[in-house]
Amino acid sequence: MLGILSSLWQYRGFVVSSIRNDLIARFVRSRLGGLWMIINPLAQVAIYALILSNVLAAKLPGIESKYAYALYLMAGMLAWSLFAEIIGRCLTLFIDQGNLMKKMRFPRITLPVIVVGSSLLNNLLLFIAMLVVFAVLGQTPNFQMFWLILLTLAVVALAAGIGLILGVLNVFVRDIGQVIPILLQVWFWFTPVVYPVSIIPEELKGTVGANPMYPIVTAYHDILVYGKAPDLQQVLITVALAIGLMLIGLFMFRRSTPEMVDAL
Amino acid sequence: MSLLVIDNLGKSYRTYRSEWQRIARWFFLPVKPSEEHWVLKHISFSVLPGEAIGIVGQNGAGKSTLLKMITGTLHPTEGAIQINGRVAAILELGMGFNPELTGRQNVYHAAGLMGFNTDEIKQAMGEIEAFAEIGDYFDEPVRMYSSGMQMRVAFSVATAFRPEILIIDEALSVGDSYFQHKSFDRIREFQKQGTTLLIVSHDRGAIQSLCNRAILLEGGTVIKDGKPEEVMDFYNAIIAEKENTTVKIRKIEDGSVQTCSGSGEASIESVSLHNAAGELVEFIPVGEPVSLRIRAKINRDIPELVMGYMIKDRLGQSVFGTNTHYLDCKLEALRAGEVVEYRFGFPANLGVGSYSVAVALHATHSHIARNYEWRDLALLFNVINISREEFVGLAWIPPSVECCR
Repeated sequence: MLGILSSLWQYRGFVVSSIRNDLIARFVRSRLGGLWMIINPLAQVAIYALILSNVLAAKLPGIESKYAYALYLMAGMLAWSLFAEIIGRCLTLFIDQGNLMKKMRFPRITLPVIVVGSSLLNNLLLFIAMLVVFAVLGQTPNFQMFWLILLTLAVVALAAGIGLILGVLNVFVRDIGQVIPILLQVWFWFTPVVYPVSIIPEELKGTVGANPMYPIVTAYHDILVYGKAPDLQQVLITVALAIGLMLIGLFMFRRSTPEMVDAL
Repeated sequence: MSLLVIDNLGKSYRTYRSEWQRIARWFFLPVKPSEEHWVLKHISFSVLPGEAIGIVGQNGAGKSTLLKMITGTLHPTEGAIQINGRVAAILELGMGFNPELTGRQNVYHAAGLMGFNTDEIKQAMGEIEAFAEIGDYFDEPVRMYSSGMQMRVAFSVATAFRPEILIIDEALSVGDSYFQHKSFDRIREFQKQGTTLLIVSHDRGAIQSLCNRAILLEGGTVIKDGKPEEVMDFYNAIIAEKENTTVKIRKIEDGSVQTCSGSGEASIESVSLHNAAGELVEFIPVGEPVSLRIRAKINRDIPELVMGYMIKDRLGQSVFGTNTHYLDCKLEALRAGEVVEYRFGFPANLGVGSYSVAVALHATHSHIARNYEWRDLALLFNVINISREEFVGLAWIPPSVECCR
């Protein structure tokens, strides 16, 4: 564990430059550059908001704003996009970087750290864009938003734990890489991002309640849409689970290291 | 003090009935692998500062596995590697370069990957830029580079900091000769300062001119460790043995590889190349006298026999050919059962490279009229430059020079 930390510290320059290069490389040749990173999720939110709130006339209980649904969607998306991005990128991380791992010697732990760092940066930019949209729609920032720092860490821990386990397994059992995107889709629809909790039928409430992302997304809603403090008790269960998964992930990562390059 | 000590090193690839069994092993469940495939076993040697060691062996002998373990990307299954210092590899030049980033950004990235921090890289940056000599391109995206420019930058980063052990692959022969000289100068300079070179090459010339020791791997073990000449001779013997057998196999499966045709009144028994001392040779120094010996067997009575041969370069271009008709050495009235041996002596005034010999038995001055046997690729040999001054081209035409000013 200490070894991992000290090698990370030694390679901090590499981690930082990788995160920066990631960003530059993605947008360097597009005219709108980094704007695309914000346009994409916002367009998605706009589509959902348009269809679901106007066509289906979905109403959010307890809030009167005309744009309530759009706000609700964006808050949920902020949490889910970070979660899905980290898992999705960790899943194929070691396979994508296989060539590099075969040829160069460097601490492998830097790879997931780079993914987390670059996803966090994306999430931060999305959050800033969202604040602008919120302001336009008449929702002003409030002090409850500081809870988001803690919640973001919880999302990162959960996603990185799951991502590390799956990424390691995917090197040896490639079916994992095919099945997980499907499962993530299912998971997305079992999390109240697009729809309000109130429309979930009674018999499914238990299933959704067991979803570790449910308390997180709910907390995002509480903070960003309703401006109130999140229910920490629920969130703490997820955090405990996340820490457990992280430890399992790190353990599997360490145990697999001697064999990983053999299988790549 | 040894820079590198390799002690009873071994590497095996394990296969399991199911990959899940491999994963179960991480959790300390007692699962036995269904198969163990050893690619390297019982490798032991140690390396002193400043040595230049050639690592040779046929494809699949385990060279790259050994180097990957020394680099540290592969983990040994048994035994230990002790390294006192840093290992750098010029195996994969431009590894991890991002085409969208500039040369400078890529240098930061690549040096970071080698474990250097931003300050160290900043300090070395000017030197790296100067050594690469690609001018303003250094701040352009790498996708605009020619492969030579990319190689220059990659080499400059890889050698910006002197490593204790430098692994050099054949990749080094890429690039223009100016930069090649420059990079070799740098490598030699490193060596003087105590860097050990590990050089992988199939090129006998490179191994003999650069190395003072060679290690021959075969079937995953070290079978010879000693002076480059000795080791390379031994290696060539193995290759020759292997080539003969593969040619035989190839002939059965695909006749087009070695074309044999003819009516069969006379047949070629053997084709061999000998040096001045009469020893069988496969590697010939430029300009040395050699003798091509061809034995032919007469199967039926024939009135006339002409033997011809043609030396071709590796691209199949004819370099030189003649026959006994032109050489005024015609044989007439041959009887069945006779064996004829021809010896063609000539100096190997050829450029460095690989050559093949085609031979033919026929009547009259060309094989078109009556062709008894024609055999392509009857013999392969290599010309190497050991003692002559540097030259390029297919032929050795030694000039005398007078210089006026």
